[in-house]
Amino acid sequence: MRIINRKLQRREKLFMGATPFIAVLLLYVVASHIRRLDNPADKLLPSLETMGASFWRMAFVADKRSGDLLLWTDTFDSLMRLGVGMGIATTIALVVGIAIGFIPHARSSLAPFVATISLIPPITILPILFIVFGLGEASKIMLIVLGTAPVMVRSIAQVVMDIPREMIIKAETLGASVWQMIWRLVLPQTLPRLITALRLGLVPGWIFLISAEAIASTGGLGYRIFLVRRYLAMDVILPYVFWITLLAFIIDRLLLLLSKRAFPWHHLGGESL
Amino acid sequence: MSIVFDTSTPDTSEAETVIPKIELRGIMMDYDDNRVLERLSLSVDAGSFCTIVGASGCGKSTFLRLLLSQEVPTHGRILLDGEPLPPEPTPDRGIVFQRYSVFPHLTVEENLILASEFETGGFTGRLFGQSRLDARDAVAQTLEKIGLAAAKDRFPTQLSGGMQQRLAIAQALLKRPKILLLDEPFGALDPGIRVDMHDLLLGLWEEMSMTIFMVTHDISEAFKLGTRMLVFDKVRHDPDNPEAYGATITYDLPLNKNTTDKAPEPSELFASQLRN
Repeated sequence: MRIINRKLQRREKLFMGATPFIAVLLLYVVASHIRRLDNPADKLLPSLETMGASFWRMAFVADKRSGDLLLWTDTFDSLMRLGVGMGIATTIALVVGIAIGFIPHARSSLAPFVATISLIPPITILPILFIVFGLGEASKIMLIVLGTAPVMVRSIAQVVMDIPREMIIKAETLGASVWQMIWRLVLPQTLPRLITALRLGLVPGWIFLISAEAIASTGGLGYRIFLVRRYLAMDVILPYVFWITLLAFIIDRLLLLLSKRAFPWHHLGGESL
Repeated sequence: MSIVFDTSTPDTSEAETVIPKIELRGIMMDYDDNRVLERLSLSVDAGSFCTIVGASGCGKSTFLRLLLSQEVPTHGRILLDGEPLPPEPTPDRGIVFQRYSVFPHLTVEENLILASEFETGGFTGRLFGQSRLDARDAVAQTLEKIGLAAAKDRFPTQLSGGMQQRLAIAQALLKRPKILLLDEPFGALDPGIRVDMHDLLLGLWEEMSMTIFMVTHDISEAFKLGTRMLVFDKVRHDPDNPEAYGATITYDLPLNKNTTDKAPEPSELFASQLRN
């Protein structure tokens, strides 16, 4: 049988999915072991036990200076920035995207502008944001918004324009006004795609969050990683990277779950990643 | 009969009072440099069932889009009840497409109550509570009639092709349009299911006294259903510039239901087919 026609069983899928993870972990353990044979205090590839202990300390032992549980305050700070930033970006994407995709006047006046804005490399305007908004929360949130919203707007506008013309005409023959078409036709057809756009937007969203925190911040996951870098504290950095990845993964899965629960009709077609 | 009631009126004025449902005068349609339709004039009485046949690319769907106001003719006028056709799609003309006719994000029942939601649901177009229950009661009979009562909570993608088109037809008739446009509505259906759909459609046509325009690829279908068959074809042909001339109506055949005439062969109707 051709390989493209092979159906995998659940257990096989689980095993094959886990294999690359286990392989990387094993590779790390072996490499770490070899390095520590030479120097038991090696900082570059700390053992799993050292990393576990450091992570435990960050999560459950109050910081001597501030008295905070650093992992949780860092996580809270970062997720707050990411949440507010992505929330604003998503709202902009929905409103402006539907306007551009559905109303010819909005398309003519806004589409070229948004397309141009989306080409500005966001990090290059970070200094401007620091100057205009100061070093506080506003500039970090603005970076996330400016970095993700224009691309999300463009993808939502395209989604709206891809709604078959037949459906819009059908709604018109049923007597719908423009607002009614937006509420009952465009919005429902767009929302599942908005979740997809948000999931894809979160990828650069995390990058801008960590960058902004690394450059000017007093807390947050990105701040911590770049702070402890000075001490070559790989035992903190690696678990933090793992933690960030885990958070991103959980958020992504939750959004997919939300999409499947809220828009079952959208997922009738087959497998979705 | 009219003589008995209308003795005072001269004969000429009586001919003028019969306004055709749809009248097209000298229609020409260009897409960029591509002429699709030309020299098209037609007058259709209320209650006609016009079936439209023709080779691919002969402007049948364009003709339907003109009647729907989805497109505006380059030249010429279209009159509806003697008045200029509205410049955009309106509820007085229902439409069934071959695909994308029903809304995939709404269940069967929601697809059917949508029209009343647009009518009374304000700017969000949504009904709640008692008014929604009333709207659902109002479509219960329709669901029964099109055989979708058991499937009312399913989404269109979970239905068979025939069920989807039954839903599409029922949805197109919700606003009781006087004109129904059908763009190859049964093109994707099995022959057996087609026959059922023909019966459904003919029943609705008689019940609602509509004027129907139906584009089809199937000449025997056109012959069976219509009271009038319009054949679209290109009469003029420039071998060096095939896009220079558009199609027009080459045959306008009245069809008598009682005759047992056989449907004509495609070669008898389409001169341009012979050229190729």
